[in-house]
Amino acid sequence: MSPAALNATALNAIAPEVTFDLATSSVRELNAALHQASDGSNARLWRVLNPEGRHAIAAGVDAPISIEIEGNVGYYCAGMNQAASVIIRGNAGQGVAENMMSGFVHVCGDASQSAGATAHGGLLVIDGNASARCGISMKGVDIVVKGSVGHMSAFMGQSGALIVFGEAGEALGDSLYEAKLFVRGGVKSLGADCIEKELRDEHKALIAAKLEAAGIAPGSVDLSEFKRYGSARKLYNFHVDNADAY
Amino acid sequence: MTAHNTTPRTLPRFSATFDPHTLSEIRRAAATGIYDIRGGGTKRKVPHFDDLLFLGASMSRYPLEGYREKCGTEVVLGTRFAKKPIHLKIPVTIAGMSFGALSAQAKEALGRGASIVGTSTTTGDGGMTPEERGQSEILVYQYLPSRYGMNPVDLRKADAIEVVIGQGAKPGGGGMLLGQKISDRVAAMRTLPKGIDQRSACRHPDWTGPDDLEIKIEELREITDWEKPIYVKVGASRPYYDTALAVKSGADVVVLDGMQGGTAATQDVFIEHVGIPILAAIRPAVQALQDLGMHRKVQLIVSGGIRTGADVAKALALGADAVSIGTAALVALGDNDPHYEAEYEALGTTAGAYDDWHEGKDPAGITTQDPDLAARLDPVKAGRRLANYLSVLTLEAQTIARACGKSHVHNLEPEDLVALTVEAAAMAGVPLAGTSWIPGRNGGY
Repeated sequence: MSPAALNATALNAIAPEVTFDLATSSVRELNAALHQASDGSNARLWRVLNPEGRHAIAAGVDAPISIEIEGNVGYYCAGMNQAASVIIRGNAGQGVAENMMSGFVHVCGDASQSAGATAHGGLLVIDGNASARCGISMKGVDIVVKGSVGHMSAFMGQSGALIVFGEAGEALGDSLYEAKLFVRGGVKSLGADCIEKELRDEHKALIAAKLEAAGIAPGSVDLSEFKRYGSARKLYNFHVDNADAY
Repeated sequence: MTAHNTTPRTLPRFSATFDPHTLSEIRRAAATGIYDIRGGGTKRKVPHFDDLLFLGASMSRYPLEGYREKCGTEVVLGTRFAKKPIHLKIPVTIAGMSFGALSAQAKEALGRGASIVGTSTTTGDGGMTPEERGQSEILVYQYLPSRYGMNPVDLRKADAIEVVIGQGAKPGGGGMLLGQKISDRVAAMRTLPKGIDQRSACRHPDWTGPDDLEIKIEELREITDWEKPIYVKVGASRPYYDTALAVKSGADVVVLDGMQGGTAATQDVFIEHVGIPILAAIRPAVQALQDLGMHRKVQLIVSGGIRTGADVAKALALGADAVSIGTAALVALGDNDPHYEAEYEALGTTAGAYDDWHEGKDPAGITTQDPDLAARLDPVKAGRRLANYLSVLTLEAQTIARACGKSHVHNLEPEDLVALTVEAAAMAGVPLAGTSWIPGRNGGY
């Protein structure tokens, strides 16, 4: 059956694994088929070959299925993901898992800027580095970066946790709301209203839980090496005396 | 009586530069150390549609009979790429205004009124409410930098998506919803603590220019299976290039908002000094569409200071496909109604001038999250008023179109217009009345 001809009925009739080769099919055909998937679909594992940096791969999926992408992806891969588990065996372009609502996205390589931007939920794991604005305006997502993150990461972060094994660039957590930031390495500078806070046991427990969800073996990381950053909450309500902070 | 008492004296004279309002603002700034924040659009007089007149039919043109001959008003938006374009019965839409800035009752009333006459409403920052989706037969879902409340379920419920780059009151600016309007419900929808000032970023978090926007729009189309028309909204500042870039980015519809367009809240200095009037913006935007061969293929919606059917007709004659109203819609609902004059006075203002929408104390129950104030607005009655007003706008536009001999309001054209002032003639690209002179054109200067 041609992938383009897939429909909801066909999805329930075919094998539990589906292979989609983007060398011969379009992203539109792939996404249209993925959008027909549901809790009841027989097709549980979708393999995507030859992504070759194409944009919006697996964007808008709303089903608890697994998607494995064999190669590099362009912008907005897994954008607005709900419930799906997406593994990218390569690097990811701008805005991977942007506005994710739930589910799991794993980038095996590096991620470009705005990874996990505005995401409301789910878990984003990046094995390599993430560029600027990682977790910008995050609204509940958890992000684990095993490398370093670029400047302005977690800018205006509202909720969720950003855990960075490496270093953070300039202006980490600028204008932060209630997102929780943990960085093991150095931080070049903190943004407006972002301060270092005491790392207590409950925070170590939180990190441990997120790392376990990310598939990192308990005990393999010394949690005490992380530093915690959060909002000073001094800019929550505008006051002229704080004008030079903006 | 002494000579001193009989000597004629000149009346006290206020400076045109340092007028009483300016002086009061200097005193207020000196006392507080902070700029003035308010809602609405520019209050200064700028060249506007009032400076244009229609040339009715006469010997050289045949008019249409006002009560006999059809004059169409329907508009189709999103014909470029969307599988499901929007069909409006009238060329007037309701501009984006958020739940948060407005009460839930006001949003519901907007939906009710618009649906009665067959047009659309638009969400605003903070997401989609059941009240608005439930009452708006055609709902445009704004995609803003903050992404407050943004989710794919609501995205798919929408009839169109409007990517907001800017708005006329503050092109280049973000927004702020002050803590007093962040109720439990507003806070929950925006994933923020109650009572804090909620900032809306001025730039999108995951794209930075037109090349990126093209890919962003592609993503939105993919998520919604290419069904929804995608608008791009810009504040009027460089309309030729902004329109061209929006088309290049893949927009189905360009929304162009002039400086008279309102905002829920921003600095007065921003409102009054950044951006250009809608009159100056339409022709360059239309020119961009024409240069790209996209006029009428990518639709143009203009807004900012639309009040009457004459304004609607003039905007369409200059090349727009439809207009949006915001401030006028709120007035139709009951905003700034003299009925509440005593309460406006208690707030230090007067009906017609009240613009502290950000404070959430609106006596009319529209720009507030106070449950008691909001309960004053009956969404059914207010929706009916809005529908009536929208009908009048449409009837007035038809009246003018027929007088110009047009069987559809879209057949109005710049040739039907003249200008009363040199400035308006230059901005609108139509002759000064009684002449053939278009400043800046015809080899002119």
